[in-house]
Amino acid sequence: MKNYRYRFRNQFSPVANAVLTLIAGLFAFVCVYPMLLCIGVSFTDEKSLARYGYRLIPKNFSTRAYEYVMFNSHQLLNSYIVTILITVIGTLLAISIVAMLAYPMSRPNFKYRNFYSFVVFFTMMFSGGLVPSYIINTQYYHLTNTIWAIILPACCSAFNVIILRTFFSSNVPASLIESAKIDGAGEFYAFLRIALPISGPGIATIALFLTIGYWNEWFNALLYINNNKLVPLQLLLVRIQNNLDMLQQTANIPGADKEAWIANLPSDTARMAMVLFSVGPIILAYPFFQRYFVKGMTIGAVKE
Amino acid sequence: MPFFEELLKNKSLYLMTLPGLLILLLFNYLPMAGIVIAFKDYTPLLGYFRSKWVGFKNFEFLFKTSDALIITRNTVLYNLVFITIGIVCSVGMAIILSEINGKRLAKVFQTGMLLPHFLSWVVVGYLVYAFLSTDTGILNRMLKQFYGMKAVNWYSTIKPWPFFLVFSNLWKTVGFNSIIYLAAITGINPEYYEAALLDGATKWQQIFKITIPMIQPQITILFLLAIGGIFRSDFGLFYLVPRNSGILYPVTQTIDTYVYIGLTTMGDVGMTSAAGFYQSIVGFIMVLGSNLIVRKIDREKALF
Repeated sequence: MKNYRYRFRNQFSPVANAVLTLIAGLFAFVCVYPMLLCIGVSFTDEKSLARYGYRLIPKNFSTRAYEYVMFNSHQLLNSYIVTILITVIGTLLAISIVAMLAYPMSRPNFKYRNFYSFVVFFTMMFSGGLVPSYIINTQYYHLTNTIWAIILPACCSAFNVIILRTFFSSNVPASLIESAKIDGAGEFYAFLRIALPISGPGIATIALFLTIGYWNEWFNALLYINNNKLVPLQLLLVRIQNNLDMLQQTANIPGADKEAWIANLPSDTARMAMVLFSVGPIILAYPFFQRYFVKGMTIGAVKE
Repeated sequence: MPFFEELLKNKSLYLMTLPGLLILLLFNYLPMAGIVIAFKDYTPLLGYFRSKWVGFKNFEFLFKTSDALIITRNTVLYNLVFITIGIVCSVGMAIILSEINGKRLAKVFQTGMLLPHFLSWVVVGYLVYAFLSTDTGILNRMLKQFYGMKAVNWYSTIKPWPFFLVFSNLWKTVGFNSIIYLAAITGINPEYYEAALLDGATKWQQIFKITIPMIQPQITILFLLAIGGIFRSDFGLFYLVPRNSGILYPVTQTIDTYVYIGLTTMGDVGMTSAAGFYQSIVGFIMVLGSNLIVRKIDREKALF
């Protein structure tokens, strides 16, 4: 007689459950494995790497890669500072601008809400493209080799404005603001002292998106930054990769310069160590992300 | 005048929106005007306003080459595959996570699956290299060990790349997207399941008769919105993961990478701006069209 107890508890059959759990577990493992590999390789010595290839557990444990990175740390440190600057300034600036734009859009007494909605949404549908932006940013705004070339274009994203506006309109009731105004508060004061404190979760959500976005930003840096002192972390990684690629593609061309060049490039293990450095702080954002975003999305759905 | 009266009445609110509007103007709207560069013979010397008008010459040039067909085909096909397979996998994973018995385990899996979302394509490019590198890569090592095959230079082999790219995109996005569907699933009224259980429905029947139909509106809308972006591509994926290998261009070149490479390496403003114009206009029509369809289905979910 088959055991149907699981049916009454509204669960899968043990077999189905095992298979599905395996599938989910396998995918989760595949998602995490490359980073583990990265960690493992960064602690391998270069010779083992050449002989045995990329392995999870190093054949010969070695911290040479990290010594190399620390020893040649000038550029890495520099890039770290630049990236932190961009992320902090960018996130703070963007939050202010987005909140100040989204809040009035959420107020029922704001007459031109529709106009603003259109103006913001339209940017999500149509854009001038890369060429006009590039020309205007370099020739007319003169943003080349400044961190503003990275910070400014992303600081008023329509996506974030929509999220915050929706959040404000459902979490900051007009009546609350009205009563504040009766007590003599101005609109901006009400925004600052009443609306914002209540809107912690909403602000935290876009702050997380912004932080991750600015930290991982590399494209605008690639376009507009030539000055070595202003190279953010991700761009540094791109450059190292580009140098490596150029090297392999010119493998047939002999020359003494090539030897010197090779000597200056980081080894594979050092590159993996650098990847870990660049990813490290983002991993710290991880638990916060789980707490705010995931919970926020699932709880919010239940409310409806 | 009523317009100015309104401005004065709520002047704090309007003032608050100024920084955001300014950013949108400078970085979104002004570049839109630059789209007419596609119709000019632009030289930096003459600048934007004084370059000669050449009508459709740039477009003729662009569409005469087979490039236009290849990049359009690549962009659209990859997007179609990403969207369809992406939805199937994300929804499937969301269902699995919500239904397996071990809830704590599901949480752990979810945390793992989310990791790729936090990594930039720069880092992913490095990780892919760990697999596909000719001498030390894991794939070649495995092939040698288990099948005795010689090392393959994957970055010069066209055939497997569509698969590599699709897999990379899935790897990076399924974890994050499954959260969105998970939120929708959590919002389903449990009474449906109880009623079904009383009627003797198995878990599988519940999934296919309740869960999926209940989240179908969400799926449709996200599907249509994704279709709206079918002419855009994720630059990081198509430029960094194949390491800009020229041999692979027929299967890795999209409109975005074409514009970028044309602009930065060849300085060909004419053709690239024509391609950019083409992308923006067609993309806009797609977004408009798909949004109108979404509006017909569920008015609230539409962007406008």
